[in-house]
Amino acid sequence: MSPLKIKKGSTSHSAYELRPNFSDTEEKHTLAILVENEPGVLARVIGLFSGRGYNIDSLTVAEVDHLGHRSRITIVTTGTPQIINQIKAQLGRIVDVHKVNDLTVEGASVERELALFKVVGSGDQRIEAIRLADIFRANVVDSTLESFVFEITGTSEKIDAFAELMQPLGLQEIARTGVAALSRGAMT
Amino acid sequence: MTKAMTGAKMVVQALIDQGVDVVFGYPGGAVLPIYDEIFQQNSIKHVLVRHEQGAVHAAEGYARSTGKPGVALVTSGPGATNAVTGLTDALMDSIPIIVLTGQVPTFMIGSDAFQEADTVGITRPCTKHNWLVKETDKLAPTLHEAFHIATSGRPGPVVIDIPKDVQFATGTYTEARQVETHYNPQVKGDMEMITELAKAMETAKKPVFYTGGGVINSGPAASQLLRELVAATGFPITSTLMGLGSYPASGDNWIGMLGMHGLYEANMAMHDCDLMINIGARFDDRITGRLDAFSPGSKKAHIDIDASSINKVIKVDMPILGDCAHVLEDLLNVWKSRGRKTDKEAVGQWWHQINDWRKVDCLSFKQEGKIIKPQYALQRLEELTKKHDRYICTEVGQHQMWAAQYLGFEDPNRWMTSGGLGTMGYGFPASIGVQMGHPDALVINVAGEASWLMNMQELGTAMQYNLPVKQFILNNERLGMVRQWQELLHGERYSSSWSESLPDFVKLAEAFGTKGIQCHDPDTLDDAIMEMITYDGPVLFDCLVEKHENCFPMIPSGKAHNEMLLGDADTSNAIQAGGAVLV
Repeated sequence: MSPLKIKKGSTSHSAYELRPNFSDTEEKHTLAILVENEPGVLARVIGLFSGRGYNIDSLTVAEVDHLGHRSRITIVTTGTPQIINQIKAQLGRIVDVHKVNDLTVEGASVERELALFKVVGSGDQRIEAIRLADIFRANVVDSTLESFVFEITGTSEKIDAFAELMQPLGLQEIARTGVAALSRGAMT
Repeated sequence: MTKAMTGAKMVVQALIDQGVDVVFGYPGGAVLPIYDEIFQQNSIKHVLVRHEQGAVHAAEGYARSTGKPGVALVTSGPGATNAVTGLTDALMDSIPIIVLTGQVPTFMIGSDAFQEADTVGITRPCTKHNWLVKETDKLAPTLHEAFHIATSGRPGPVVIDIPKDVQFATGTYTEARQVETHYNPQVKGDMEMITELAKAMETAKKPVFYTGGGVINSGPAASQLLRELVAATGFPITSTLMGLGSYPASGDNWIGMLGMHGLYEANMAMHDCDLMINIGARFDDRITGRLDAFSPGSKKAHIDIDASSINKVIKVDMPILGDCAHVLEDLLNVWKSRGRKTDKEAVGQWWHQINDWRKVDCLSFKQEGKIIKPQYALQRLEELTKKHDRYICTEVGQHQMWAAQYLGFEDPNRWMTSGGLGTMGYGFPASIGVQMGHPDALVINVAGEASWLMNMQELGTAMQYNLPVKQFILNNERLGMVRQWQELLHGERYSSSWSESLPDFVKLAEAFGTKGIQCHDPDTLDDAIMEMITYDGPVLFDCLVEKHENCFPMIPSGKAHNEMLLGDADTSNAIQAGGAVLV
C-alpha cells in the first residue's frame, strides 16, 4: 500500500498524518496549537523547535479562554513534509498541549497579521506615504509634523509589500504581531 | 476526604498513597522539611546515596526491574543539577521516575539566592514534564498527576520543584481519585491497520519481528503476548539492546540482538527480510546503520505508543499507534480469527537461510593462554549464574556490548542498561536500586573499570544498607570502546583512552569494609566467580582481562547491515571519511 497524499483543501480530524508523503520540497505550514495556560508551556514549545532544529517563521501566543485556562499558539514553520509531520507529532506529545491543527492541510483558513510602521519624512515623501497607506487601508494611529505611525492588518505578504513601498519613504521602524489564523467555515 | 497538613507532609502522604516503598535521595537546605517528615514515619524507606546522580540512576534501576515508578528526592541548586544526567538517561530510555527537588522559598526565586537554580528551566528538555509548585494546595494534585504522567503513555521522568515555604505552609491534601487530568494517551491501535498487518503476515516469505524496550515498558502482558505470537507464527525474532528479555534467549525463534554490535544473523535477517514488524522499538541509529541501505526490500510495520517515533527516521508502510500489549492482543486475535495462516514453505526456506548465517558463528572467540578474554569471563559468569534469580546491570562501553552478546535473558525487567544516552556510571547506582526492589536476588553489575569509577562513591551506599550487589569489573586498563574507535578511525593514536593511576580495587573494597576479589588467571576464574556469588555483601570483582580485545561483530559507522565486520582481520579501511563524522 502506498502512502496517502493529503490534498490541500481536504479535511482531517487528526493532526497526526501517519502516512505522509516524503517529498524533499520545503513547505510553509501554519499550525494552531491549543495549550494549557501554564507557566513554561511557551518555553516548552519554543525549546522543542530550537532543540530539534526546526524553523519558526512566525509565532503568536495569547490566552483565548480565560475560564478554560487555554492559550492558543500560532506558529508558521517551514520544512519538508516529513519534518512538518515530526513537528506536529512532537508538539502533540507535550503534556500541556491539547490539540494541534495544521491549518495548511486541514481545509481553507484565513490568516492575518497586524503591524505598526513608523515613517519619518517631509514634503512629497510624506504625501506619498499617506497616499500609499490609504491604498493599503492602513490607519494613521499617531502623527507629528515629521512622522506617522501606520497600523496595517492583512496577510504577511501584504505587510511585506507595504514595507517595501515604505522603505524609500522614510520607514524607520516596524513592529509586527506575527500570524494569527483560523480555519474557514463552521468546523473548529 | 480532605485533610489539612503541611506541604512536606503532603509529599510523604502522596508517596505513600501512590504505593512508594523506597525513595533514593540526598538532603540539603531546601528539602529539610520533607526529610523531617520522612524521619517521622515508617512506611517509606529512604536510601541515602552519595551523589544525586546516583539517586536518579538507582531510581531508574528500581523502576526498570520492578515495573513500578522510581522516586528520587534531592535538594535545590546543585542537588537538582546533579540529577540532570539521570533525568536525560530516563528520558532517552523511557523510564518512569519521579524526581522531587527542593527549591528556595517562592519569595526568593529569581534573586540568585544560595543554592538557587532554575530547576524547571534546566530540566524542561530532559523530562517528560515538570512543575514548579507555588501553592501548597496544588502540591498533592501535582504529585498524583506526576505519577500518572510518568507511568502512562510513553513512560518518562518528571520533576516536581517544591519551594521551601510551600513545604512549611499548611494546605488541603487532595487524594488521587479526586484529581482530574486531561493526559490520556491512546493505547488501542487502529483495527484496520492491524488487520492489514495480519494479512501481510499471512503472505510474508521472509518475516522478522524486531522488538524493543517498548515491549518491556508495556508490562509483563506484552512479553507474554509476544511469546505467544512468535510461537504461533514461527517467525524469527530479534531485539534491540533495550528489549532483551521480552522474548527468552533460549526460545526457539530467537536470533539474537541486532544493531551495531548485534549478531550477524540478526542483522542479515533485518537487511534481507520482506516483512519487518517493529514492536516498541524506534529505529535508533545504533540499529539502522546507513539509512538509505536499511532493509531495502521490506514492508515495515511499526507499533509504537509515541506518534513522534513513527516515520521519524524510517518510512513505514503500516504505522500502528498504540500500546504494545493492546496491539499485540488485537493482532493475535485478528490473525487467529483469519485462520492462523502463514506461508510455511517460504518461512521454512527463510529459516534455512538464517541457519546458514548462524554458521558464521559471529560470537566465536578463542580463550588461549593465561590471559582472560572478556568474552570468556562473561561466558563463565553466564554459566555460573544463569540458574539464579538474577538481575544484570551494566555500565557503558565494550563490556556492555559483550554482556548483551554473551549473557542470556529469559524474562523482561532483568536487564538494566543505559541504551539511549549511553551513561557511563549508570550501572553501579542502578544495581543498588535493583537490589532495593529485589532484596533476595543476585544483582550483578557488569562494568568496565573506567565507567565504574564514575560513580564509585555509591559503594558507601551499598555498605550502609547492606546491599550485596556484585560489581563484576572487566578491567582492561583502557576506555575500551574509545580505544577501539581510535584504532579503527584515528590511526591508532590512543589519545587519553587508557586508565592510569587505577586504584587497587581489592584494597578499595576493603577500605569500605567489604570484599574485593582480583582474578587474572582463566583457570581460577570459576572459583573466583563462585566466591563472589556466595559472599554475603557487596563485592568488587577486579577481573583483569586482555587489554586490546575489540568488540565484534560491528557495523562500522555509515555502513549497512550486510557490511558487518566480524573480526580484527576485517578492519583495515573499514570506516571511510563519510562514516567518520558519525558517532
